[in-house]
Amino acid sequence: MNITLIYWLIPSLIMFCCGVYGFITRKNMIAMLISLELMLNAVDINFVLFNRYLFPGQMEGMFFTLFAIAIAAAETALAIAIIINIFRSIKTVDVQGIDKMKF
Amino acid sequence: MDITIPALILCLPLFMFLLLGIAGCKMSHKLAGWLGCLGMGTCLVLSYFTAFTYYFDPQFVAENGERIQHTVFNLTWLQFTDNLTINLGFLLDPISALMLVVITTISFMVHLYSLGYMEGEKGFQRYYAFLSLFSFSMLGLVVATNIFQMYIFWELVGASSYLLIGFYYTKHSAVSASKKAFIVTRFADLGFLIGILVLSYYTKTFDFIKMTSDPSWVLASTEGATFMGASVLTWALVLIFTGGMGKSAMMPLHIWLPDAMEGPTPVSALIHAATMVVAGVYLVARMFPVYMMEGAATMFIVVVGAATAFYAAMVACTQVDIKRVLAFSTISQIAFMMVSLGVASLGNGEVSHHGLGYMASMFHMFTHAMFKALLFLGAGALIHAVHSNDYTAMGGLRKYMPITHWTFLIGCLAIAGIPPFSGFFSKDEILSACYAWSPYIGMWMSMVAALTAFYMFRLYFLIFWWNNPDYGHHKPHEAPLPMAIPLVVLAAVSCVAGFIPFGHFVTWDRMPYDIHLDWTIAGTSIVVAVCAIALAWKMYCKENGLPAKFKNALPALWDWCYHRFYWDELYMFITHKIIFNGICRPIAWFDRHIIDGTMDAFATVTNKASYAIRGLQSGQVQMYVWVYLIGALLLAGFGVLCLIM
Repeated sequence: MNITLIYWLIPSLIMFCCGVYGFITRKNMIAMLISLELMLNAVDINFVLFNRYLFPGQMEGMFFTLFAIAIAAAETALAIAIIINIFRSIKTVDVQGIDKMKF
Repeated sequence: MDITIPALILCLPLFMFLLLGIAGCKMSHKLAGWLGCLGMGTCLVLSYFTAFTYYFDPQFVAENGERIQHTVFNLTWLQFTDNLTINLGFLLDPISALMLVVITTISFMVHLYSLGYMEGEKGFQRYYAFLSLFSFSMLGLVVATNIFQMYIFWELVGASSYLLIGFYYTKHSAVSASKKAFIVTRFADLGFLIGILVLSYYTKTFDFIKMTSDPSWVLASTEGATFMGASVLTWALVLIFTGGMGKSAMMPLHIWLPDAMEGPTPVSALIHAATMVVAGVYLVARMFPVYMMEGAATMFIVVVGAATAFYAAMVACTQVDIKRVLAFSTISQIAFMMVSLGVASLGNGEVSHHGLGYMASMFHMFTHAMFKALLFLGAGALIHAVHSNDYTAMGGLRKYMPITHWTFLIGCLAIAGIPPFSGFFSKDEILSACYAWSPYIGMWMSMVAALTAFYMFRLYFLIFWWNNPDYGHHKPHEAPLPMAIPLVVLAAVSCVAGFIPFGHFVTWDRMPYDIHLDWTIAGTSIVVAVCAIALAWKMYCKENGLPAKFKNALPALWDWCYHRFYWDELYMFITHKIIFNGICRPIAWFDRHIIDGTMDAFATVTNKASYAIRGLQSGQVQMYVWVYLIGALLLAGFGVLCLIM
């Protein structure tokens, strides 16, 4: 069986949809963060795939993925820090309880 | 002449202003005061040198004996087109040299006097800075080479006058007086500006020498142009004179000068008696050859001047505040100068009586500056001693303040026109010029001269004689030395200035000639003045009921004089009732309701709309994600749909 691009894209899509679903439904901010990472990784997979199948001689997609992973790591650290601070001040990480920024 | 000294004369006061204005707050009062005096003293020496060089150096006299008009420097300041340039320069001619002497002398005396008078006042350094600014502007005004430069400095003296009137800025009356002075003169200056623009539009020049050396050319350049039945040149000259009316407090724009007495007394002496208020006279004298061509404009000057002289003299007879009496006397004397300038020409390009009026006007400007500054400084010494402006708080002061008494008396004798004091000579020349022009105007001015003698001696007797009030433990004290010296110097000048052969220095055509006293006129005016003084002596020497009887005999007249013929009330009525109600209020209503209303409507609509939709900002992050997701999906679906179609 010839494994084409589409076979690889389906798991990536499933991963992305899981991420979206988790991001919308989970109330815990840590869980939301995990969902967010899921989406990000799905996108990373896409980068690699398109690079591999469409432009095999080039490396931009790979590099971009590495770059995105590094940024995601930094961003996660930042998000965790924010969540910890929120927890310290209002003793919860429930996203519905955090609506100080409304109108 | 070398450029250095004239440039220094202008730059030194400006530099002192900047120095005292910027670094003054770091200085002690004494240092600032002495620095101001030093700067002005140097300026005085330089100006004397310049004036003496100009008057006595043969290089400034042409071969036919005419004094030449010498432009020391003339820099192009703004170049708009080839024709239209604005220059800044230094013009040396008989009248500007004369004014250099007058301004620096009085200014230096006032600087010195203020050391004593303003001692311990808050803002002493600021006061000296403003004095320097004023001296700079006034010097720049008199040496202007063109009418626009004059206008610039004209506004600057107005501004510094405003600053100095409002020197006691915590006092409500001083603040409103300074505003009044500024607005009234500014209003007049609008006329001045329009006049300048009209004149220069037709003549294509601002330059004084160009305009005055051949005035018939000015006449020719405006030939045929008329506006509302009068020629454009008449309009321009009358409008320019309006500026002079504002500055020189001619009726009906005189209302600011009596109120300007709210400023410190030395300031009144410098600005509102000796220098700035004669700027209007100076302006007309500067443009004299052009005014000479225009009968209507000169007639206007004579009428305004004669009316003002009489009016101010009448009012001065009833005022209580001694500075106000002096202010009205100043108005009256300046009106004398104006009339004199007006009668100097016949209004058809001819000069009446060898331009006697012109010389007399300048002569009177000179002597008046000296004795009126003396009187004001004397008044300052009195106010300093009894802490009140009203003569009712004074009386019998001759025993307490001998120096002030004698110098004040000299000033009064000078202004009343008693020989051999300076005012006699200059006033006699003015009266001669008036009689030569028309006997009616001559008699009118003689009557005003009699009134002058009367009100000045009324003031003198009420202050120094009248009664002996009990001053209690607070005995009036003689003026301190820095205040006494200027009084003595100015009194000495007032004694001898009349003997200056003025005709040799300042004449309308700059040709020297000998002045002759016309003894029929001089004798009459002496007799009239002595009678007026005798009347004043009878009424006011000792406390008696005569003044009250006079007042009760003519209550209406007294009331009108006391209330300055209700000019202020008239202005109040016109501004508050007519202009404010008729024009300003509708405009304000339009501004508040139509213009502001439109803007308010925009703001209200925006506000309401955002209030209505603010519920969308729920603060629920996941809600936003939903919205975003649905939106993204819709867009994607729309894109796909487009692709398929």
